[in-house]
Amino acid sequence: MSTEQLLELYRVMLRIRAFEDLADQASQGGTSAFGQATSAAPAPVRGPLHLSHGQEAVAVGVCASLHADDAITSTHRGHGHCIAKGADPWRMFAELLGRADGYNAGKGGSMHIADFSVGMLGSNGVVAAGIPIAVGAAQAFKLRGESRIVACFFGDGAINRGPFLEGLNWAQVFQLPVLFVCEDNRYSATTRSADMTAGEGAAARARALGIATQVCDGNDVIAVARAAAELASQVRAGGGPRLLHAITYRFKGHVSVDPASYRDPRELDRALEHDPIELTERVLMERGCVASAHASKPDSRIGSESAARAAATGPGPSEIASLDEIKRHVREQIEHAMQRALASPWPDAAAAFEDVQDSGGGVWR
Amino acid sequence: MSDRTVGGVVRSAPAAGNATSGATGVEQSVDLSCAEAAARALADAMRADPSVVTLGEDIGRGGVFAQYRGLLAEFGAQRVIDTPISESTIMGAAVGMALAGLRPVVELRVVDFALCAMDEIVNQAAKARFMLGGQARVPLVIRLPGGIWSGAAAQHSQSLESWFAHIPGLTVVMPATPLAHYALLRTAIESADPVVFIEHKELWTLRGPVPLHDHSAIAHAGRIGVAHTARSGSDLTVCTWSRGLQHCVLAAEQLEGRGVSVEVIDLQSLWPWDKQAVIESAQRTGRLLVVHEAVQVAGFGAEVVATVAEAHPEVKLRRLGAPRIPVGYSPPLEAVSMLTADRVVSAIEQWLGL
Ligand SMILES: Cc1ncc(C[n+]2csc(CCOP(=O)(O)OP(=O)(O)O)c2C)c(N)n1
Ligand SMILES: [Mg+2]
Repeated sequence: MSTEQLLELYRVMLRIRAFEDLADQASQGGTSAFGQATSAAPAPVRGPLHLSHGQEAVAVGVCASLHADDAITSTHRGHGHCIAKGADPWRMFAELLGRADGYNAGKGGSMHIADFSVGMLGSNGVVAAGIPIAVGAAQAFKLRGESRIVACFFGDGAINRGPFLEGLNWAQVFQLPVLFVCEDNRYSATTRSADMTAGEGAAARARALGIATQVCDGNDVIAVARAAAELASQVRAGGGPRLLHAITYRFKGHVSVDPASYRDPRELDRALEHDPIELTERVLMERGCVASAHASKPDSRIGSESAARAAATGPGPSEIASLDEIKRHVREQIEHAMQRALASPWPDAAAAFEDVQDSGGGVWR
Repeated sequence: MSDRTVGGVVRSAPAAGNATSGATGVEQSVDLSCAEAAARALADAMRADPSVVTLGEDIGRGGVFAQYRGLLAEFGAQRVIDTPISESTIMGAAVGMALAGLRPVVELRVVDFALCAMDEIVNQAAKARFMLGGQARVPLVIRLPGGIWSGAAAQHSQSLESWFAHIPGLTVVMPATPLAHYALLRTAIESADPVVFIEHKELWTLRGPVPLHDHSAIAHAGRIGVAHTARSGSDLTVCTWSRGLQHCVLAAEQLEGRGVSVEVIDLQSLWPWDKQAVIESAQRTGRLLVVHEAVQVAGFGAEVVATVAEAHPEVKLRRLGAPRIPVGYSPPLEAVSMLTADRVVSAIEQWLGL
């Protein structure tokens, strides 16, 4: 992967992180669960907010292998998938804030964001519910002879629901163009998934159905992108479904107000050393990018190495912004998106009666 | 929920539990939230009967609403069973456990996810006793937190009680106070048939007195099929359940100041339901308004109103439920589906031409 390409993936990961940092702040006190009470002043973002801090490389690496007209289905933890597929953060914020400009016109909130214009067919509040939906969308593409594929994201906890087995079996029987992606963050809400899962998890189960798989480090965006590209091209070539099992870790609690006191803090500390964004920064710096504009020159050994690599892979360190500048720029864009969303109007209460159904819809009684 | 709302219910609630116990019952009462009362009921039932077990996702950490807090430490993982995310097997396995002599208490997170286990509830649990010619009993409780949990949107906010009330074989209980959570859950666990126990998510933190050591008061409050008159009145009867009680009691207080005397009946269970209490009150006041948070169309209010109409055509009848729309996320949309005291007041004002 060229440095330029990697920088682009880095930017998308930063976008997701910045988006979720702001969403997290705006949600504190917005829901009562996990022993946390709702604050007196209602939070701007209400209800359960599931954050994907630490898992950004999976969304970004997988979506890098997709075309604009490919589709994805997502989960309750779907902000990263939306952004990686090209959804606009300001309209996502508007949805989280319940505003009229939100992707779902304020009707869905975090767990239901969809952007059909970029092939994002929906987050979902029901675990594993996106799996059969992805399979059906792929069947529609195949039936019409289109070359589009569907990437289906789900968690490690979802593989213990029936729709996982049923959906994988179906996709294999009908040889459908689906790339299944298990985002294995080790937890299912407050439960360690390993304690509740027999066997080796998603990949092993898929192999039992004859579906080819790859297992990758889900915090290494290059590894995810490489594996996803290989599998996606096999799917696109008509080879039937494939499954990518990406091992990652959930940095935050299950929802934004969950302090995750049920897990060993040392486990989190170890995971934080493996932050997908920092890992990418390390690679970028090895390739000659500088951390900040004021930083001293990288040492000559790394410098010459990276210069050689840059010659082969793209623009050199002098032509690209420092990582700090990129970060600052992304933060500004996301803050601007939030400001824009905050200026969006509330939906009219009458909208509650719209889009229910054609016949007999939109009535009280 | 506001203190005022809490106070409204707490002020009028003790009548149910303390009708027979008087001042001593109140003295012995422990102040508990609905979540604490339910956790306490389950713990007491597990202490009393080794065949009681509980199973569901995340209950080993107390459940997401803390309504299972402390149980794993006391009873161990054999009886407090953390499960995979496998709703149909959680429910199906509970049916098997019940057929094999245990008394499972099933946790399905929210009533919306009961839809992932509907075959096991409706085709298996509810019908086994009848279908198998009376050879089997299915003594289990299905705990389904229901109702609008503000900001949780369409897949986490539904009120589906009428689905279950429609199914022969199921008992349907909807507690409204900490005392009712405690007493009715105890009775539900002792029931020989499957009980759908729907707890309102916005009531978990509601506090109130529970006379834990007054057995007769608990037995009195725990009678399934017996309504509780939360407030007496003479001009109009309001029949409600679950969180609706808070709103209706507040509405009745507001209307009292304007010279309208409203009787509020908390049905407490939808099947069996206390027809006698509702009919007696409605006949006396001449008017019955049934209030529920669920969608009004084909809601349980229709059943109550139709039953009263068939028996006493002279009683004037109305229903107040939600519009037939999914619950929206944004506050102005969610508000359209939300039951409030103001909405109850204006329904009554309109009706009486105030
Ligand atoms: C059918 C169903 N059961 C339970 C839940 C409650 N729930 C929401 S997220 C979650 C954990 C899911 O774990 P996993 O699939 O690993 O996804 P993650 O949250 O880790 O991203 C649970 C149990 C649900 N939403 N849907
Ligand atoms: Mg997980």
